[in-house]
Amino acid sequence: MDPFLLEAIVNGILLGGVFALPALGLNLVFGVVDVVWLCYAELVMVGMYAVWFLYTQLGWPLPLAFGACLPVVALLGVLLHLLVVRPLLAAPPINQVLATGGVLFLLQGAMTLIFRTDFRSLGVDMPPMEVGEIFVSGTKLAAFCAALLGAAVLWAFLKFTYVGTAIRAIARDREVMPLMGVDPQRIYLIASAVGGALAGLAACLLVVQLDVHPFVGLSFGPITFMICVMGGLGNMLGGFLAAFLMGIIVSVGGFWGTTEFSYVVAFGFFIVTIFARPRGLFAR
Amino acid sequence: MSAALDTRAAPQSPSGGTLELSGIHAGYGDFQALFGISLRVEPGEAVGVVGPNGAGKTTLLRVISGLIRPTAGTLRFGGQDLARTPPHQLPALGIAHVPENRRLFPHLTVEENLKVGAFSPAARAHFAERRDRVYDLFPKMKQRRHQLAGTMSGGEQQMCAIGRALMCAPRILLLDEPSAGLAPIVVKQVFDLVRRIREEGLTVLIVEQNVAQVLRVVDRAYVLETGRVAAEGRSSELAADPAIRRSYLGGH
Ligand SMILES: Nc1ncnc2c1ncn2[C@@H]1O[C@H](COP(=O)(O)OP(=O)(O)OP(=O)(O)O)[C@@H](O)[C@H]1O
Ligand SMILES: [Mg+2]
Repeated sequence: MDPFLLEAIVNGILLGGVFALPALGLNLVFGVVDVVWLCYAELVMVGMYAVWFLYTQLGWPLPLAFGACLPVVALLGVLLHLLVVRPLLAAPPINQVLATGGVLFLLQGAMTLIFRTDFRSLGVDMPPMEVGEIFVSGTKLAAFCAALLGAAVLWAFLKFTYVGTAIRAIARDREVMPLMGVDPQRIYLIASAVGGALAGLAACLLVVQLDVHPFVGLSFGPITFMICVMGGLGNMLGGFLAAFLMGIIVSVGGFWGTTEFSYVVAFGFFIVTIFARPRGLFAR
Repeated sequence: MSAALDTRAAPQSPSGGTLELSGIHAGYGDFQALFGISLRVEPGEAVGVVGPNGAGKTTLLRVISGLIRPTAGTLRFGGQDLARTPPHQLPALGIAHVPENRRLFPHLTVEENLKVGAFSPAARAHFAERRDRVYDLFPKMKQRRHQLAGTMSGGEQQMCAIGRALMCAPRILLLDEPSAGLAPIVVKQVFDLVRRIREEGLTVLIVEQNVAQVLRVVDRAYVLETGRVAAEGRSSELAADPAIRRSYLGGH
């Protein structure tokens, strides 16, 4: 195989790992709370600013800045739930979408006010590695491994803990949960914190690859939503797999054409899938 | 086997867990479904609630487990007023409710369903021991522990739903039509099970359409019609009552 095509595929898989985290977070929150966080990519953006600020402005060691980013964005998820989502739980879905969409603009505006529109870079990079005939970016490989580790921790949490099992249960049947001694409101709050923490982890992995600016969410937000819809909204495994598919499509599309072309291919593929499989690629 | 259901963690309260409803009114929005229901279940008793479709039997159980708040009347369990207790705290007080149509989590395994049933902090500490007791009671559940609940037969799912409710070590078990939709031979198994559960000393309040069968396992029963208690009494009296025989027992 053409080593450059192979390199594009490998890069696509690495990219898919990073897309997978926000897709998992969005699907988790949607599955449990039944509300789409339209501002999800902006939570990631705030996390990226948090890392950048702590590392470059306050001089924190990078691991410490990463470590702080997760709880900060988790807290943001909790606040989003308490202040915006919970009051609208009984409202029509369109109101919920509009409200979380409003938070999207609010966060973009707030970051513009505080940090202006400059592109901020962490200025860290790991040397590329040569594997066989191809070169792989060390930074991307490290980000990929961290994303897989995050996904594995999430899986273990959902599979083995009481709260995780209740999260999987509540996604199917809200009404009976109190009969099991489960307070649904508490599960919503926990899912929102975990969804926020996943956005925080995604922020750590993206901030080493992309410059931060208030509108950086636009470069991965739309694709995250496409991934979730392709995988079946609320279907965590479907979203996880679709992330890799999308990563490869974007990367290989970019190999044959420009980056813009790769997004055209990805959107085209998305439109075809929602017509062919409206309930998601992996729906039974 | 005799200890299978003796899973209570907390000592019984002095009043022993009498369930008392008096003058309960309840409904859904503007629609009133229950009109002044009074009902009493003593510890260790098995009590039936029968009546036609839409009489309010399910609504009554939902009021007891806090899913619906009464608009009037009082609801007490073990002397404690439940009017303000959030529903998710009731399992820890010893009230377990097996809902109509079982409502298992079909995409979780049998054991995971039991795990959700043991969600309360007090129940988690006793998970392994209570799970093993449920498996003693239903050996089939042990064989199927890693099977997805939704792939089991109706009778097996009912066992799993009852097992899930037992995970909180209840003092009273509310059963909503456990025999609905099951083959006659499985219906018999379910009633045998209810008999065993009550022989273990667990208090049972059971809603059934299967009047002839349920009157054989309960001590007393209430007949509910359009949200009111139309009759109540000992099972033997009700089974002999001509009006009841005509309406519910095929008139023989
Ligand atoms: N969620 C609901 N919203 C509005 N009305 C309801 C609701 N659930 C039940 N009802 C109404 O309340 C009344 C009592 O219903 P309930 O389900 O308690 O009857 P039931 O005795 O359990 O009947 P069945 O034997 O069919 O299960 C019925 O008239 C029913 O239409
Ligand atoms: Mg009913």
